[in-house]
Amino acid sequence: MKKSVQKSFGVALFTLVVTGVCNSAIAKSEYFVSPGPDAQEKLQEAMIVAEPGDVIKLDAGVFALSDGLSLDVDNVTISGQGMNKSILSFKSQKAGSEGLLVTSNQVVLKDFAVEDTKGDAIKVKGVDGIAMIRLRVEWTGGPKTTNGAYGLYPVQSKNVYIDGCVAIAASDAGIYVGQSDQIIVRNSRAEYNVAGVEIENSFNADVFDNVFTNNTGGMLVFDLPNLPQQGGRDIRFFRNISKDNNTPNFAPEGNIVAIVPSGTGMIVMANENVEIFDNEFSGNDTMNVTVASYFDDYDDDTYKPTPKKIHIHDNVFGKSGLKPDSGMFGTIVNETVGTPVPDVVWDGVLPLMDYVFFGQAEGDKLAMHDNKHLADSRPFGNANMIMHVIAPIFHEAKFDLETYNKSYPSLPEVEVIIRGRPAQELMN
Amino acid sequence: MALRIFRGLLLAVTLLTVALNLPQAAETVNDQLLMAKKPVRYLSEYGLFLDKPARIPNARVISYDLNNPLFTDYAQKLRYIYMPENSAPAPYNESDVIEFPVGSVLIKTFAYPRDFRSPDKDISFIETRLLIHKKEGWKAYPYVWNADQSDAKLKVAGKRIPVSVIWEDGSKGTVDYAVPNMNQCKGCHVNALKEFAPIGPKVRNLNRIHHSDAGQRHNQIAYLRDLGFIGGGPDKASEMPKVPEPFTISDGNLFDRSRSYLDGNCAHCHSPGRPADTSGLYLNFEENREVHWGVNKPPVAAGRGSGGHLVDIKPGRPDQSILLFRMQSTDPGIMMPELGRSLIHKEGIELIEKFIKALD
Repeated sequence: MKKSVQKSFGVALFTLVVTGVCNSAIAKSEYFVSPGPDAQEKLQEAMIVAEPGDVIKLDAGVFALSDGLSLDVDNVTISGQGMNKSILSFKSQKAGSEGLLVTSNQVVLKDFAVEDTKGDAIKVKGVDGIAMIRLRVEWTGGPKTTNGAYGLYPVQSKNVYIDGCVAIAASDAGIYVGQSDQIIVRNSRAEYNVAGVEIENSFNADVFDNVFTNNTGGMLVFDLPNLPQQGGRDIRFFRNISKDNNTPNFAPEGNIVAIVPSGTGMIVMANENVEIFDNEFSGNDTMNVTVASYFDDYDDDTYKPTPKKIHIHDNVFGKSGLKPDSGMFGTIVNETVGTPVPDVVWDGVLPLMDYVFFGQAEGDKLAMHDNKHLADSRPFGNANMIMHVIAPIFHEAKFDLETYNKSYPSLPEVEVIIRGRPAQELMN
Repeated sequence: MALRIFRGLLLAVTLLTVALNLPQAAETVNDQLLMAKKPVRYLSEYGLFLDKPARIPNARVISYDLNNPLFTDYAQKLRYIYMPENSAPAPYNESDVIEFPVGSVLIKTFAYPRDFRSPDKDISFIETRLLIHKKEGWKAYPYVWNADQSDAKLKVAGKRIPVSVIWEDGSKGTVDYAVPNMNQCKGCHVNALKEFAPIGPKVRNLNRIHHSDAGQRHNQIAYLRDLGFIGGGPDKASEMPKVPEPFTISDGNLFDRSRSYLDGNCAHCHSPGRPADTSGLYLNFEENREVHWGVNKPPVAAGRGSGGHLVDIKPGRPDQSILLFRMQSTDPGIMMPELGRSLIHKEGIELIEKFIKALD
């Protein structure tokens, strides 16, 4: 059954083949696009004329593209021959602030690469259901300030699934999920980015079985003010490896990640209910994990700058914190807690009334237990930042872990549903 | 009365021109084709204009202008709205885009004069965009003009067109004009419900003297109301909201003219519920929370678009403001707006520079 597509769309350009036996009610067409001088137009036309259920297949080879691509049809699959075979190259991009923009629901992207975009590599905005499977996003010249900001960039979305992906040399975050809900990031690798992975202003995320190496900072969980969605919460990081993240920070000044000190395993900033367990941290020259409050001035009455209920357990901490970064953040860490920097550093910042009079509510406190500290560094440090700022001569950091030797119930597993079933099933 | 004479005159001129100008297109607008699911291949098939080159609008195809138009590489823009006979007027609405009923068409032609020193002569049409309000919602179709200017053809996947021009200072140049693909149209033309929607025709943008009514000082909204295109609203123009023309000094103070410029050039994405609301930067005219229109606001996902600056607008310091930096760039990873320009807008930059300098 061949689908008729209006002539004026110039569909004669494609090879339109029919897949499978059409025993379902919905016809499913397949577009097959090969590299060549008209690949830009063919690919973009396929992404416009495709109908829900259709598959756009990318041939092996390098597609030299001059403009950003965009997809706005629900339930379309774009599928290549492999992340090192089907390559969308934006080396000579003239326009478009990203390589590929997806604004439709239930889309599956798999087995291709996006290279050298002028801005972000793959942005997905405001959708329900996006799967990014075995994709590679990379700036092939290595870490440079002139690289695009984000590699994989789903934002304001629900049901986000990232599995088996690779992100290299983004000048912000290799994998960034912002203002989203119901998120899984797994089996992926991010290296030579400023941030390996960043979960920002998001709810219900599971980040597990990933490897973050040679970034400036491996894993970030941030919450920022003045955004449509804030109050980041309910996030689990487990079975990840975050090691040797010592690439000098190359983010353009002004971006929040520009403050991340080189040599950071993980930063949790603001957020509530973050569970960090079974991870391996080592070789991060500034520190393995820091739990911090938002530090800048802001004008937003609804924003909560201090982290709550951060639960760190059963992790393995190797040697780290021997050479803190000489930038502002690293210097403060060095000045307050000294080297070797403890494996987990809390900035100790609380709302001022709590800091001076009441202390932190027991139910909000940082909880740490059953971690393995392989090096002989101190397991924990409270940098006591407020005193450091207001009365440095009275400042002393605290290293006593006992107050925080407590536990919270484990957070529930996150389920991501795409096309009516658990997203893991899309892997095949 | 004056209006009737004017329209009579227009009809006479039209008939004369049509008689002299062959080949001609349809004599009435083809509502059936406009409402069909698929777009036609050639613009002339819709009959929105009496002539194929689309210089003479058909009946009920009414030209209009905006107070704060978007900058598109110095292209001239000819705007028309069409409403079928017996359409109910679009209700007057001060807060959002006027909702023209099913059957309406917004028409915008992008054109360049051969020489900007004589901007009214030798004008070539590049592209005509239609926004058609069909039963299933608004649809956008870009039509690209052929070299001999005899008709325009549908182009859904976008196109780059080099346009040779002579600038006002006599220098020669080429504009790398980009016709957007249908998805790029939706990049801006989307409302808070993620539906395709017009951007420009709001009361505050339309509240101005109608250009074809020289001498009569007829307000454009009143004019559209007389034609039955808009229904309701105050009688007096002064009682309707208005944004000033950004580059007409007598039209408003520096602050209002600058906010009007930002509204026209940025707010289609940078306002609540729109495509760039992820940044929390809202440049719509009515936004009055300083941090949200950029004052001392740190960027969220600017990447190298920050240019090394810490905030969107640093009062008194245009040289340290991300907003101005991104207006000054043509690098796709930095520039704003993301689409629709390959040149910088010198006059816009001068305005915003003054505006930021004057803030404290």
